[in-house]
Amino acid sequence: MIYLQLFISFFQIGLFTFGGGYAMISLIQNEVVVNKGWIDSSSFTDIIAISQMTPGPIGINSATYIGYSVSGNILGSIVATFAVCLPSFIIILLIAFLYKQFKNNKWTEAALRGIKPVIIGLIASAAILLVTPENFPDYKSWLIFGAAFIASWWGKQNPIRVIIAAGIAGLLLY
Amino acid sequence: MNQYLQLFESFAKIGSFTIGGGYAMIPLIKTEVVDKRKWVKDTEFLDFLAISQSAPGILAINISIFIGEKVKGTKGSIVAALGSALPSFAIILLIALFFESFKENQLVVSIFSGIRPAVVALIAVPLISLSKSAKLNKYTSLIPLLSVLLIVLLGISPIWVILAGAMLGIFHYYFSKSRLNKLKKGDGE
Repeated sequence: MIYLQLFISFFQIGLFTFGGGYAMISLIQNEVVVNKGWIDSSSFTDIIAISQMTPGPIGINSATYIGYSVSGNILGSIVATFAVCLPSFIIILLIAFLYKQFKNNKWTEAALRGIKPVIIGLIASAAILLVTPENFPDYKSWLIFGAAFIASWWGKQNPIRVIIAAGIAGLLLY
Repeated sequence: MNQYLQLFESFAKIGSFTIGGGYAMIPLIKTEVVDKRKWVKDTEFLDFLAISQSAPGILAINISIFIGEKVKGTKGSIVAALGSALPSFAIILLIALFFESFKENQLVVSIFSGIRPAVVALIAVPLISLSKSAKLNKYTSLIPLLSVLLIVLLGISPIWVILAGAMLGIFHYYFSKSRLNKLKKGDGE
């Protein structure tokens, strides 16, 4: 049953997301594109682009979008979005209850110190796995990649502007 | 005004006006819940934020649950999380409805052909500042490299890689602590 599968997949994604939205991309990609094959790499890239241009966390945005496109209706969106938030509820309410024990816990801190460098690997993997022939069909896409990289890193342009400029470039070049 | 309604309104406002993810939301959340509504104190907010960052899940949702719980218990946490998720849920659903039918349109195809490589660049750029802030040395820089190899080449789930990282952190802490204890004992004798 598709709803149950959506629930399990997004519950897992919510449970193992550490280090914010970009690290989450890797988890969503692995589950939705690689394991389940629900959407292809270029549609997944489109979803990330849309998520970055619209308000709200990338995790909610992609759960809503993927839930809809996998099931074809709103129920899929609701299930996926609910599932991605559910681990947070369980964990944060538990922490709020055991607040004092959790605050400054040495073991949790140690585990998080170990996870931190892994997050960098996760984000790098997400980027590498998105370099597919569909996303980069020719040299023009590499030019756009280079320009966007420089604009964002060196020019400190915000993501929305970079995406809009890239969209205009796409309109002119393709 | 009813406090549930206030919670919902505050977080819906936060959810509708922050583009660019969780970290962009933090200043807005602070203004709303600390300065304006005075639901939590400044130091308390920083604690909530630190714990929300270290707990798994979506940062903005974690903080809303925390603050909702503080104000009105479990029900409050549900209302707050719903408030911060609902605006993006509604907007994305609308886009999904339209985008699925316009995907084949030639203009849309051209625009997204340009956008896709830029998205990959946008994911890659934060790696630079993240690597700097993680203060990687000769040994710890092997961890991200190894993670990439496992995920990209061997197709291992990022979940296992995260768990391995957590174990590594715990082992490292355990062994450096027991070594420290031995050193201390040595001093005493």
